[in-house]
Amino acid sequence: MHEMAICESIRRTLEEQAAVHAFQRIGRVSLEIGPLSGVEVEALRFGFDVVMRGSIAEGAVLDIVECSAAAWCMQCAETVPIARRFDACPRCGSHQLQVTAGEEMRIKELEVD
Amino acid sequence: MCTVCGCSDGEVRIGGKAQAGHGALHEHGGAHAHGHDHHDHHHHVHESELHRHVHHYGRGPAGTSVPGMSQTRLIKIETDILAKNKAYANANRERLGQLGIVALNLLSSPGSGKTTLLVKTIEAMKATRDVAVIEGDQQTDADAARIRETGAPAIQINTGKGCHLDAHMVGHALDELAPQRGSVLFIENVGNLVCPAAFDLGEAHRVVILSVTEGEDKPLKYPDMFASADLVVVNKTDLLPHLDFNVEQAIANVRKVNAGVKVMKVSARTGDGLGSFVSWIEGARAMQLAGADVAHAVAGE
Repeated sequence: MHEMAICESIRRTLEEQAAVHAFQRIGRVSLEIGPLSGVEVEALRFGFDVVMRGSIAEGAVLDIVECSAAAWCMQCAETVPIARRFDACPRCGSHQLQVTAGEEMRIKELEVD
Repeated sequence: MCTVCGCSDGEVRIGGKAQAGHGALHEHGGAHAHGHDHHDHHHHVHESELHRHVHHYGRGPAGTSVPGMSQTRLIKIETDILAKNKAYANANRERLGQLGIVALNLLSSPGSGKTTLLVKTIEAMKATRDVAVIEGDQQTDADAARIRETGAPAIQINTGKGCHLDAHMVGHALDELAPQRGSVLFIENVGNLVCPAAFDLGEAHRVVILSVTEGEDKPLKYPDMFASADLVVVNKTDLLPHLDFNVEQAIANVRKVNAGVKVMKVSARTGDGLGSFVSWIEGARAMQLAGADVAHAVAGE
């Protein structure tokens, strides 16, 4: 999608965190990315290395936890697993689904010196 | 610049003026000035990795590190990556709410007829409503000029290499545009069915426009965009007799990604269906005013 813009947003957040928690280097950045977030993980990894150059996170290891997506099926009245937005309910075939998980795009934790 | 979509925030212009404050990319210049080449940096990183391994056998997440032997620590921040944009968006939403302005974020692929739809809608509404427009495009202020011909104030944001508007740009545009209390604000996003989906601008509603010269499968190909819509306008319906486009199939595909969304068929060119669109906007405005501090001030019109 716009993984470079997302990396720049991560960099700004890391720099703010450095000021708050008083650290000089980041060795590892852990992200949680959902399959419905619109983020292409490989493009994000590529952008991350480029954008972090010259920052406190230069050379940092990028850990990406790819969580799974789920939706509430209004027909079945329960949470069902989905892989893509336009998937039907795997139980009843209905498209009356409300996505409940899979849109995550979060910085979970940092390993810092 | 983004090698995926050309995205960059270094060249934003609002109303023809360069914008400061999008500093992240510019800081790269400072980084290059250090004089390290990339090889140096990588070498340094490997060294420190090695160093840690020597002192900390089986080092995993910092929970297992021994206090006093390492300064490495784990900070849980649990922050949304787009939290910054969200904060700007919330500020815009608050500001628009206080002014009783209903803001609609218009999204589509390039060439769907967004600007024509806007021009026709403004002409239909301008006798009774104040309307203002924020236009987003990579380059040129052609669209803002088209809007201004209707008499409505418009400001152009040029995103440069950027592929979407963000809430920070819209905040600056609001400063310049200063839309009237109780007005209808249209934000015409950059023509793109991918990136703008993720960026909340502080709008009250999202309107996604799909023209019948595109494919019925657009909603499935670009599900994030259609999933975020409050209203889908199927535009250019006057061309249907000349096309194989199956409107019912297109609408069924929209519903696969967004079960409850409202869908309207409109021809901006002939005006067919435009009345429904205007009614929907009036309804959205009424909802925005309900409960707003300015409701009394603007209700007496």
